[in-house]
Amino acid sequence: MISPADFVQIPLDDWVNSFVRDFLVPNFRPAFRAMQVPITEVLARIDSFFHWLPMLVFTVGLTLIADRTAGRGVALFTLVALIFIDMIGLWAETMTTLSMILTSVFFCAVIGIPLGIWSARSDRVLLVVRPILDIMQTIPSFVYLVPIVMLFGVGMVPGIIATIIFALPPIIRLTNLGIRNVRADLIEAAEAFGSTRWQMLWEVQLPLALRTIMAGLNQTLMLALSMVVIAALIGAGGLGLTVYTGLGRLNVGAATTGGIGIVLLAIILDRITQSLGEKKGVQTPSLWQSLRSLFSAGKADAGAQSGKPA
Amino acid sequence: MKPKIRVEGVYKIFGEDPKGALDALKSGKSKIEIFEETGQTVGVQDVSFEVGEGEIFVVMGLSGSGKSTLVRTFNGLIPPTSGKILIDDDDVASCSAERLRKIRREKITMVFQHFALFPHKTVAENVAYGLKIKGEGAASRRKKALAALEQVGLAAYADSLPGELSGGMQQRVGLARGLATDPQVLLMDEPFGALDPLIRREMQDELLHLQKILKKTIIFITHDLNEALLLGDKIAIMKDGRFVQVGTAQEIVDNPADDYVAAFVADIDRGRVFEASHVVADPVTVEQHEKGAAEKALQLMEEHNRNALYVVDDQKVAGLVTYQELAVAAREEGRTDLAEVMVTDVPVVDQDTPLNELYGAASAGHPIAVTDKRGRLTGVIEVEAVFSQLSGDASEDEYEDEDEATEDGSTPPAEEKATDTAQGGTPR
Repeated sequence: MISPADFVQIPLDDWVNSFVRDFLVPNFRPAFRAMQVPITEVLARIDSFFHWLPMLVFTVGLTLIADRTAGRGVALFTLVALIFIDMIGLWAETMTTLSMILTSVFFCAVIGIPLGIWSARSDRVLLVVRPILDIMQTIPSFVYLVPIVMLFGVGMVPGIIATIIFALPPIIRLTNLGIRNVRADLIEAAEAFGSTRWQMLWEVQLPLALRTIMAGLNQTLMLALSMVVIAALIGAGGLGLTVYTGLGRLNVGAATTGGIGIVLLAIILDRITQSLGEKKGVQTPSLWQSLRSLFSAGKADAGAQSGKPA
Repeated sequence: MKPKIRVEGVYKIFGEDPKGALDALKSGKSKIEIFEETGQTVGVQDVSFEVGEGEIFVVMGLSGSGKSTLVRTFNGLIPPTSGKILIDDDDVASCSAERLRKIRREKITMVFQHFALFPHKTVAENVAYGLKIKGEGAASRRKKALAALEQVGLAAYADSLPGELSGGMQQRVGLARGLATDPQVLLMDEPFGALDPLIRREMQDELLHLQKILKKTIIFITHDLNEALLLGDKIAIMKDGRFVQVGTAQEIVDNPADDYVAAFVADIDRGRVFEASHVVADPVTVEQHEKGAAEKALQLMEEHNRNALYVVDDQKVAGLVTYQELAVAAREEGRTDLAEVMVTDVPVVDQDTPLNELYGAASAGHPIAVTDKRGRLTGVIEVEAVFSQLSGDASEDEYEDEDEATEDGSTPPAEEKATDTAQGGTPR
């Protein structure tokens, strides 16, 4: 049988190879290295903080936060799960993973929320952003691990970059969606009273979209957690590494304990962030109030109290 | 007096090529033809009018008539395709974004059909929104918001969320938000359209009551002609994006510009539109303490062909004598003192009383006395006059003429008609 390949063959792999190896890497490696700097800085701070924080303080703190935001059941689960993680000997790995996840989510929010706002405001931007997001969500993460390694090397930070690429789409999509779904008459009202674009965003659009944005943040967090093992392939540590080495050495016990650690962490973070999003509907506290209720673990405050289920 | 708002030749066309459609429209094509040929939708066409300071100007039209589009051009929410909208001396249609924002912050606010309250802000924060946007401090903002809420009777709900309030209360908050920045112009886009009839009635009365104190210039949009007639100092009837008629309530009811308006007006409670002043006649009176008052009264009644006559004492109403009783008393008993035969329990109204409040007074069959503020008799309403005004007979001739005119000349140019009727009208 005749096939088109008999006449013309496209050496796409060679092209990509030469593009990355001969153009991107030699010319732009310093630029890519420079991009790592902020990530390295943020990661270092978060990582050293969590490793410095005594296990019991962290456990009590997170339990209180869970109690404030998600209720007693989740708080109890958090307490038991964290003690269990410590008992199976994975405390340090969990803290490493947590720092990595939080760093990734932090950068996803910093990049994704403004991008989402921008695409909500302009159909043209959305037209460009949407196909890029589609590609980011469909392309297998292994595909971009190789160029990441070539450009950024191996280690925690390249792992975080891969995680950011993987986890970024939902926060952009849902920020865009949340802002676009703000009732048109409210936008009209804000405009009729003479709001600037910035006032409109800050006073009306963001607070009303907050619930959807929080759902996006929750999704981003979950995706980041699911990248933990893959990031370990390029040198990221933590629970992912435990699973990965367990896999390499056919050590089913290590792989299982690592997996359990990831799952427990995922459930805790999911419940807490989800309840942050849900509370907006009932109580609608401002962004500042919800941040405060998230971080003021010790002090009782009326707003957060009433958010508790009876 | 210089008008507060002057609108000149405003057009709004929705679509890709508004200018092309505008030219076609000006060359005489209809809204439907333009839509079929070019796919452009004509929202508003050739609307011009003026609103004086402190007036309520009501735009009445059915859904799709372009009234909501029109009102949004006044604060630039929808920029018009062509035309001028002058508020004092600023042309909202052509001024810079910066200037427009300033006008919105200081001069003109809006009340929305579905309230459009911010669900994440408390009632007081909602009311203070316009002030916050202007950069006022929290304390003075709160003070002004509470004052505005006080006006609409909701100060107690300052710290509730809008979602906890009923529809009527929410719209009061919407009104308070519109008033909080002390604007000169208030745009109201079917503000009571989403409310129950009873609440709507209450809100209408409240708006009129507030307007007496505040004297804002109000442009009020509605699809309810009764509401338009009740509230409007001047009313514009809108159809297919243009004004069909502009005039006072009485002019529109008495003298509809075309069949379309006539069809609306047919169902109207005329008793609410017309007031005592529209049916009042000059009084024929006799002074109570005059010599020979009784004879004079009988003579006057014969002369004017009336059955009853008001007796005054120093211009104030003293009572009423009927021809029958006076004649009997004079002939059979020889009494000529008016005080003995006169009825003192007489119906007295002022000239702003709507006709529908005269029914009770008219049921006795006696003419009704109309007095001014100091109680002096200024006119008399014959019961027949009330009925003929209610049935529309009083203006039958005029109406017929108008009807013929419209049949001959297809659709009359709305603008000309509008200014004609507006100038010829009697002020309410």
